[in-house]
Amino acid sequence: MAHDATTAADATAPGLRGLASDWGSDKQAFHVPWGKAMMWIFLLSDTFIFTCFLTGYMNVRASTRVQWPVPSEVFALDVAGTTVPLLLIAIMTFVLITSSGTMAMAVNMGYRRDRAKTATLMFVTAAFGAMFVGMQAFEWTKLIVDEGIRPWGNPLGAPQFGSFFFMITGFHGMHVSIGVIYLSVVALKVLRGDYENRGYEIVEITGLYWHFVDLVWVFIFAFFYLW
Amino acid sequence: MAEGQQQHPIAIYFWIWGLLFVLSTFSYLVDYFEFQGYLRWALIISFMLLKAGFIVAIFMHMAWERLALMCAILGPPVVLLLLIGVMAIEGDYTVLTRLDFFGQDTTEFVEHH
Repeated sequence: MAHDATTAADATAPGLRGLASDWGSDKQAFHVPWGKAMMWIFLLSDTFIFTCFLTGYMNVRASTRVQWPVPSEVFALDVAGTTVPLLLIAIMTFVLITSSGTMAMAVNMGYRRDRAKTATLMFVTAAFGAMFVGMQAFEWTKLIVDEGIRPWGNPLGAPQFGSFFFMITGFHGMHVSIGVIYLSVVALKVLRGDYENRGYEIVEITGLYWHFVDLVWVFIFAFFYLW
Repeated sequence: MAEGQQQHPIAIYFWIWGLLFVLSTFSYLVDYFEFQGYLRWALIISFMLLKAGFIVAIFMHMAWERLALMCAILGPPVVLLLLIGVMAIEGDYTVLTRLDFFGQDTTEFVEHH
């Protein structure tokens, strides 16, 4: 199709028409389904957004004279009388990794055309995602109600702590929530047999989004909670 | 196998899954045992990069994609290192300027309760 008459004629055209034909004359750069290439490019743009958030956080934390609240203490939980540092965050991390594993299995089962197992594994993944968001809601409630942390200040130290905490974890939590909806919709369509003719690349594409959400959490966990 | 389709032995996913659990436990233990200073930061960043690498390479199948896609997706984020570097220098400059003008009072914003 790259050698048909119209393309050859447009190749010498001047102006906007020439620009369009130069950039779009049936050249294929990525030998993957277009949906997968587009998902990767979307994830690339999302990488830039999250990096801007984390870089802004780094800049503000580096430039404040005020003591930054110690995350290890802020996010500690009391279990049977002893205070365990970062316990809830560690559990959230394990929940998200577990969901990444079930997602990888779902992609594998999809290419084996095992509809029931694929859909089940995707629903399990979505359930872990929902569990993660629920734990995040618990964490936010604890910080807002018990610790008095607000986007504009808090009793523990640097006032910017709250704004970065709510913005970064909020934006990530929104990604997880959207992922839960996305996974559920695709899983239902898998179950209904919508992809029997089109193929099961869609499960891998959905998986890319979900693994990316886990990937972002790896960086948030390291830089916001552990640093 | 259809073009761009990723089908791999299930064992490799279980290995990576297990490794991610182990690495996450290690990074949690860095905090639990209260490592401080350069050792803490080096460990946090090492575990983070290992986890991120395994997720992208194996779970997201980047290791099996063609070089054209790898370069298009993994190349652009490299410029972000410049942004991070410049912002780190700027942050240092700002805190030094603030200390110079306002001194080392670190309690003024803390509400008493």
